[in-house]
Amino acid sequence: MNYEITLLTTMSISVLFALSLNFITGFCGQISLGHAAFMGVGAYTAAIMMKSSVSLLIAIPVAAVFAGTLGLLVGFASLRVRHDFLAITTMGIVFLFVGIVRQQDFLGGEIGISGIQRSALGRIGFLLLCASLAALFAGFSLLVKRSWLGFVFESISDNEDVARVLGIDVAKYKLFAFVVGTAAAGVAGALYAQHFRFVGPDSFGFVESVSVLAMVVVGGIGSVWGVMLAAAVLSVLPLLIQFVDDYKILVYSALLFFMMRFSPDGLAGIFNRSINRLRKQKT
Amino acid sequence: MMPVLEVNDVTVRFGGVTAVDKASLSINTGELIGFVGPNGAGKTTLMRVITGIIKPSAGSVRLDGIDMVDLAIDKRVRAGLALAQQIVQPLRQLSLLENVALACGTVKTANPFKAIRSFNKQGEKNRALEILDRVGLRDAANAMPSTLPLGYLKRLEVARALALKPKLLLLDEPLAGLNQSEANSLADLIQNLNKDGLSILLIEHNLREVMRVCPRVYVQDLGKSLAIGETNEIMNRPDVMKAYLGKG
Repeated sequence: MNYEITLLTTMSISVLFALSLNFITGFCGQISLGHAAFMGVGAYTAAIMMKSSVSLLIAIPVAAVFAGTLGLLVGFASLRVRHDFLAITTMGIVFLFVGIVRQQDFLGGEIGISGIQRSALGRIGFLLLCASLAALFAGFSLLVKRSWLGFVFESISDNEDVARVLGIDVAKYKLFAFVVGTAAAGVAGALYAQHFRFVGPDSFGFVESVSVLAMVVVGGIGSVWGVMLAAAVLSVLPLLIQFVDDYKILVYSALLFFMMRFSPDGLAGIFNRSINRLRKQKT
Repeated sequence: MMPVLEVNDVTVRFGGVTAVDKASLSINTGELIGFVGPNGAGKTTLMRVITGIIKPSAGSVRLDGIDMVDLAIDKRVRAGLALAQQIVQPLRQLSLLENVALACGTVKTANPFKAIRSFNKQGEKNRALEILDRVGLRDAANAMPSTLPLGYLKRLEVARALALKPKLLLLDEPLAGLNQSEANSLADLIQNLNKDGLSILLIEHNLREVMRVCPRVYVQDLGKSLAIGETNEIMNRPDVMKAYLGKG
């Protein structure tokens, strides 16, 4: 039973993390290759707090604020650079994060922070917390998609110069996306710290950033259901199949490549096309 | 009458080259002015100064009395300037109706906090449909831009600009790339929009259509204002003819 609870908890945290990137990359069209850094900021913030006997429920919002603040700073970079250049800039952020964390004694340096105490929620209580936070953010994402905010995001993602000509203050919207997305990644980080009761610099590097991007792309950039499904499956696959665990980055990169080549709109695209085909056959 | 747009002594330098040299132009409310000039006259540069893409080295641009030189393009749009671009740029993921509806929702899109609390799109879609009808695109309202020819997309640019309820409509070579009959009917539409009271600055190479629909023209040559006034009178002036045809 414990094993299943661990799997479901891992799944919920990954779903929240992938949805947080989907908010920035999928909704607003801002590519990020350094999203793990924000999860790392949340994880380290929560780890330090929990080591000082602060409750998880207090650590979570503080982690969100720290990650969101860094997200705001990186968001400013997105106002200056676009597309490939933004990808490189955000990639730089994750290397910078890992590089700085490694040198700080109070963050545990290379060894990281271990022995984080278990929260009072218990295993099932913690699973329910993770699942509800993931569900809450999924609900919020669906709501945003239906609102005018989603409509504006779509236009910025499509062509931000046109959005400006239509009177849209693109900078405000991009910063909003970065703050919300990175704050949610911070929450996922706090949950990660409690789940594994250990944080280390290698857990939030470039590989993790590419892994979460793979989840978003495989699910279907911008599709809430698709990203949830892909994150749920891809996060537990390494735990279920040894081969995937051994060759994780290879498997994820191959998936990323095949999706980009054959279905750039991911599983959601495959699903939508199949439905349309079925409908056409019926008529 | 109060001018809707006043461009005063605008100068733009790129390195050592003066692209626009003390150009001045004024458009009264309800006017339709053709903005013409030979290639290299600095038309696009001056237009970019008006829209805010280029900041002038000197001079001022006022819309309805408000100085716009330091405003970003989206702020200028909200102040009442609308632009239909020469190179059509539809939002390709959205249908024509959605393209125009987004422009209709400027109140809801003012900032992310307002946008996240707004869900209803029906009002904007109804208005968008009326505008598409006005520019002759009602039948294609639900089509995606990538399936439509250039003539439709040029009209979509105009429709989106109209959706912003502008005080001044800037049209950058709307007729370029169209055949004679398409150009003719779009020029008629521009003329009709002006008859309904809209102030329009029409930057255009197609002199035949400009002379047909614009009561007044502004001519620029080598970055300088050459003339502004009644179309027929201005286009027959020797210096204007020389600018177009070179030395005889």
